[in-house]
Amino acid sequence: MLAADFIWRALAGGIGVALVTGPLGCFVVWRRMAYFGDTLGHSALLGVALGYLLGINLTVGVMATALTVALLLAAGLRQQILASDTLLGILAHGALALGLVLLSFLPTLRVDLLAYLFGDILAVGRSDVIAIWLAGAGLLVALGWLWRPLLAITVHEDLARVEGVAIEPTKLAFTLMLAVTVAVALKLVGIVLVTSLLIIPAAAARRFAATPEQMAAGAAGLGTLTVIGGLAASLLWDTPSGPSIVLAAVILFAILQLVPRRGLSAPH
Amino acid sequence: MPDADALIEVAGIDVAIGGNRILSAIDLTVGRGEIVSLIGPNGAGKSTLVRVVLGLLQPDRGKVWRRAGIAIGYVPQRLTIDPILPMTVRRFLALAGRRSAVYERQVLDEVGVPDILDRPVQQVSGGEFQRVLLARALLRQPDLLVLDEPVQGVDLTGQSEIYRLIGRIRDNRGCGVLLVSHDLHLVMAATDRVLCINHHVCCAGLPEAVTQHPEYVALFGRGVAENLALYAHHHDHAHDPGGHVVPLPAAAAAGSGDHHEHPDHPHRHDHAGR
Repeated sequence: MLAADFIWRALAGGIGVALVTGPLGCFVVWRRMAYFGDTLGHSALLGVALGYLLGINLTVGVMATALTVALLLAAGLRQQILASDTLLGILAHGALALGLVLLSFLPTLRVDLLAYLFGDILAVGRSDVIAIWLAGAGLLVALGWLWRPLLAITVHEDLARVEGVAIEPTKLAFTLMLAVTVAVALKLVGIVLVTSLLIIPAAAARRFAATPEQMAAGAAGLGTLTVIGGLAASLLWDTPSGPSIVLAAVILFAILQLVPRRGLSAPH
Repeated sequence: MPDADALIEVAGIDVAIGGNRILSAIDLTVGRGEIVSLIGPNGAGKSTLVRVVLGLLQPDRGKVWRRAGIAIGYVPQRLTIDPILPMTVRRFLALAGRRSAVYERQVLDEVGVPDILDRPVQQVSGGEFQRVLLARALLRQPDLLVLDEPVQGVDLTGQSEIYRLIGRIRDNRGCGVLLVSHDLHLVMAATDRVLCINHHVCCAGLPEAVTQHPEYVALFGRGVAENLALYAHHHDHAHDPGGHVVPLPAAAAAGSGDHHEHPDHPHRHDHAGR
């Protein structure tokens, strides 16, 4: 059974996604954007619905709606009355509700709603794996290129601007990368759980990192372990794959909290 | 036209944010080798003026001139690094861009923290962190240093040490310094000129003159009694209970401070000795 092709495809796709969501998720954690990731995830269902209704590629539909939501948020933040988490709540649930309503216009059998809500990694095909690795490689190259300016902005935006960082283009590029990542990760863990791949490996890696780079590498590694563990558990006990991967991440996070931190353990 | 030594010059700066006038008719120049202190009470608009000088904020009115090609080193007010972000001093300094390791060592020696490169920034003391911030600014080989409250979170002894360090940096590098503080007495020794603002320019000039200026006394309420005699001499205007300016023509020319005209006050003064 372990030799079945679909398992290797699932593993390859899952690891490809984890290698990207780890480092990118570090920025989501550092910049306190967890809820923003959630909102992008929720808006993805609207993208799926629009993709079906307009007959365009679903991934393109998801990326387009995620970007639209990000731009709406940026515009909405110009008014200074509603806080960003309130605005995100409006956008997230508005997009999710609209997506669900639009999906109801489609013949039931055409859309497997559960697969989009919670992911269906075992249905990942050959072309999906290739797309994930191509997109992932592109995202990592872009992240490496933006690493220093993005980190400088995260530490102090005004100081970064005085030091010559182009703030708005960098932030826009990061938002774009998040939108692509959400669209790619959607297949694995679905809309509801997509943020977890961004924040849990990053949060778990924090305790063992002394520099931002170590934390990013650690998050990629822990994300990979999570995918392998979650997938194995899903096959072993016949549990749904998306939630199993997320649960594996949570368990890994909890176990790592118990490990004493290097350098802080008692000397002997 | 700005003179040959000027690094930055702003004139007639008005800024309103959300309908509130934050700055009105502010002039400020900083030249090479000169330390200018910007003082004023909390909420006086000091940081807003700094943002205008740095080009981070467009004023509603007024001219902003920066000498072409100058490098500015900036130490912002309140920079804290969240514990979720692992960061050593070395990585923090590298955020300013690529520099040679030799120059980095030299700068850390210069600011007096030679041995903390591998410590997490969250674990260095307040005084050490301010010096690291100063080092990051100096890595850019600045012509102008803009330091917004550079002694935050530093104990009193440490504060005067940092001010002396700033004086030495100016002496050795010949750069201009714009120093923001809410307390003139601490910065006096290291300062060439002082600009005291409370939304408008209250007074400007040499440190000794400014401490005796009635608006300074009114704002900071320090040494009011001993300065009462000077109060009459240096005043070029008074304020009626509504906060409007009432000119005192006879006294205008006598002030050693350089006073700014501001016919339309956006705020009330709470003058001591009224």
